[in-house]
Amino acid sequence: MERKGLMIHYEYCTGCHSCEVACKQEHNYPVGRGGIHLNEIIVELPDKTLRIDYLPFPTQHCNLCASRTMRGEQPACVKHCQAAIMFYGSLAELAKLMEQRPRSVLFVPR
Amino acid sequence: MLENTQDTRVVKMGAWSAGPGCHGGCGVKVFLKDGKLLKVEGDEDHPYFQGRLCPRVLALTQYIYHPDRLTYPLKRVGQRGEGKWQRISWDEAFDTCEQRMREIRDKHGAESMVFGQGTGRDAGGYIIFLAYAYGSPNWTLFGLSGISCFTPRLAAMHSVMGDITFPDAAQFSPQRYEDPEWVAPKVLLSWARNLQGSQCTDHYFSGHWAVDMMKRGTKLIVVDPVCSWEASRAEVWLQIRPGTDGALALAMLNVIINENLYDKDFVDKWTHGFDKLKDRVQEYPPEKAADITWVPAEKIVRAARLYATSKPAAMRFGQPLDSNAEATSTIQALNCLWAITGNIDVPGGNVICRPPFGVTVYPYSTEEVIQLYGEEFVANLTAKRIGADRYPLVKNFRAWALSDLVLEQMETGKPYPIKGLWCQTNNFMGNTAQDPRRHYEAVRKLEFNVVVDTFMTPTAQAVADIVLPAGTFPEKDSVFTTGVPLNAIQKVITVGECKSDWEINFEMAKRLNPDAVPWKNVRELFTHRLKPSGFTFEELCERPWALAPKNHPSGSAPYRRHEKGQLRPDGKPGFRTPTGKIELYCTTYEKYGLDPLPYHREPFESPTSTPDIWKEYPLILITGRRHGAFFHSEHRQIPWLREIAPDPTVELHPDTAKSLGIIDGEWVWIEGVRGKVKRKAKLTPIIHRQMAHALHGWWLPETDGTAPNFYGIWDLNVNQLIPMGQQSTSGFGGAPTKTTLCKIYRVGP
Repeated sequence: MERKGLMIHYEYCTGCHSCEVACKQEHNYPVGRGGIHLNEIIVELPDKTLRIDYLPFPTQHCNLCASRTMRGEQPACVKHCQAAIMFYGSLAELAKLMEQRPRSVLFVPR
Repeated sequence: MLENTQDTRVVKMGAWSAGPGCHGGCGVKVFLKDGKLLKVEGDEDHPYFQGRLCPRVLALTQYIYHPDRLTYPLKRVGQRGEGKWQRISWDEAFDTCEQRMREIRDKHGAESMVFGQGTGRDAGGYIIFLAYAYGSPNWTLFGLSGISCFTPRLAAMHSVMGDITFPDAAQFSPQRYEDPEWVAPKVLLSWARNLQGSQCTDHYFSGHWAVDMMKRGTKLIVVDPVCSWEASRAEVWLQIRPGTDGALALAMLNVIINENLYDKDFVDKWTHGFDKLKDRVQEYPPEKAADITWVPAEKIVRAARLYATSKPAAMRFGQPLDSNAEATSTIQALNCLWAITGNIDVPGGNVICRPPFGVTVYPYSTEEVIQLYGEEFVANLTAKRIGADRYPLVKNFRAWALSDLVLEQMETGKPYPIKGLWCQTNNFMGNTAQDPRRHYEAVRKLEFNVVVDTFMTPTAQAVADIVLPAGTFPEKDSVFTTGVPLNAIQKVITVGECKSDWEINFEMAKRLNPDAVPWKNVRELFTHRLKPSGFTFEELCERPWALAPKNHPSGSAPYRRHEKGQLRPDGKPGFRTPTGKIELYCTTYEKYGLDPLPYHREPFESPTSTPDIWKEYPLILITGRRHGAFFHSEHRQIPWLREIAPDPTVELHPDTAKSLGIIDGEWVWIEGVRGKVKRKAKLTPIIHRQMAHALHGWWLPETDGTAPNFYGIWDLNVNQLIPMGQQSTSGFGGAPTKTTLCKIYRVGP
């Protein structure tokens, strides 16, 4: 089977945490465990302004929602992402989407 | 792993508190098995959020089946605050409430009972329903000074232009962004709006629609004292000193008018009092506003030019405006901005928002109160409504009793005594009230208090005689009408003996005044309320949402309704104001003895209004900024949400902290003139060096709930630093939740 991945267009990630909680609900993870972890990156630019980025990172627990995707559904995090910046698909498809989406990153968790 | 097997039932409905908190709007699919909720997912066919969801809805199973949920009625058997409760039946609970409330009404008059709501849930609908059935005019947002949440914005917009607006995100069209009439705003001016906190539903707009717009080319202008995510992506970010929004708006008007950047055709045809506004804004040149707002003059000019020359431009504006010293005046100034630039009810501008199909269950305007209860009935009640005699705007808009004066009257008994409080969806001791200690002292002396909630709160522990357990949204039948689309919410599960807020108030109203409740059950009531839509409650549940078609007689679908005569009751073109125009010079304010033109007044406590206090307390304390994982004081006991923000923090700039010898994560005191509270320091460069930010609503459900601890509120509740009684001159607005001065120092040696 073709390898699948998770593409995140972090230019528009607002850090809302929906991905984390969607994952916990789907897999019933306890506190302290989750398939995706949100990171905050704040960088001071030369003109003293701030650049704030958020980046969800798929952890060791991420199985790309195998049973959901088998049913033809999106992974729980992708479906519920409020900024609609998470994409699931084959690496080739995702790479193509990235062409139009600067500041994005492709994860291949498995 | 949750499988969608044959014995799993999926029901679609709107999501509106309780559960997530919030102001409703999105559509969900609830997955059910054997009468239990398995999970909640977004409904991808729903036009509001297309299947997206916030963390609070996604954590709903933990909320609904939390071991601490209130699941049966309780009566107090010890002293108030002692924490001694006894389980009772609903019959006994209703009997007790009926008997005690009848006693109060017979002895002192119905007005002696106050009906206090908080926010979220479908609160106002069922509380005004019960209050009016009982015969009391005193329906209020109990504890919140000046009713400083949305009502000042509603009152100002209704006075100035007869309606309210939100940014146009094609929310009235089932096709949304694909609607051929819609265009993305060239600029979205995000004013006092923190997308991260108000990330999802807020009546007619959802925070992440701003992101949808950005992807479609919309540029941002951001007004925020904090460097938010949006601010870091803005064309222009105005880092404003809290409480000075009015001065900033007036300076932007100054630039737009003096540089002739306004829409002359629109101004000539559809506005009233432009010349007078032009005179007034001469008092606010950008340089002067720069001194007041701390925003450099050149940035004010840049923002004004960008906003005025981008067509269309939309504006989103938030609660901090309600906290301006003269809130209704500040909001008038913002209203003038979108009016003179002609950005009203056009695609990609600010669209007029009315309840879908003209259906209302939770009145947001005088018109809706009258629609539900009749002009004469409301006028009779107004005679005794607290605050109506002192504040004409309060008297004439939306029928609230004024919170500050309700508290005063509880203390003084003048002009008539207050004997009881029906407190529903309101945790005033942990959240809603400024000066919570004063509220505690006043309410604990009342004869009879009922608290209706989903969890035991500091408020219920401290003052309740009877506690009634309320259901979350999948546990209730309800209708969402304070945004789009019209949503049905339906009862599909039962938890313990919980009843929905509507069921509770329906039953109480029926007992206290059978004539006011001619319906057999709440479903019949909703079918009656839904009449203008043509749907029965059951039919709406089948859909389960609906949008009014374009040119619907209720005027609840855009665009350019003022040109088509769809806004005024007389069917003439124009706006629903005395002059038929947008009143830059507001004749309604004038009639009420208020300044008809916008102006700025300094916060009651500020670097310039109280320089001596500023010397000793050199930080401006911002509170009330929202957090996406919590709805006000809710969700502190929900593991998946508390994990996101486990500690009650105060945010400080690292440089400020360094100068105070404070390190990240240590406990500090926040001290103001009126008291001090403890918080954990969180250092982040997004905070201004002369400001501090403390999230409101913190309590610790995991600690002792009895007196005097009350789940830690006296240690943590930052509202102890903020006074009551600073309401705006109009009565609405002015709770100084963003502008209190403070100093911060280490708790440790």
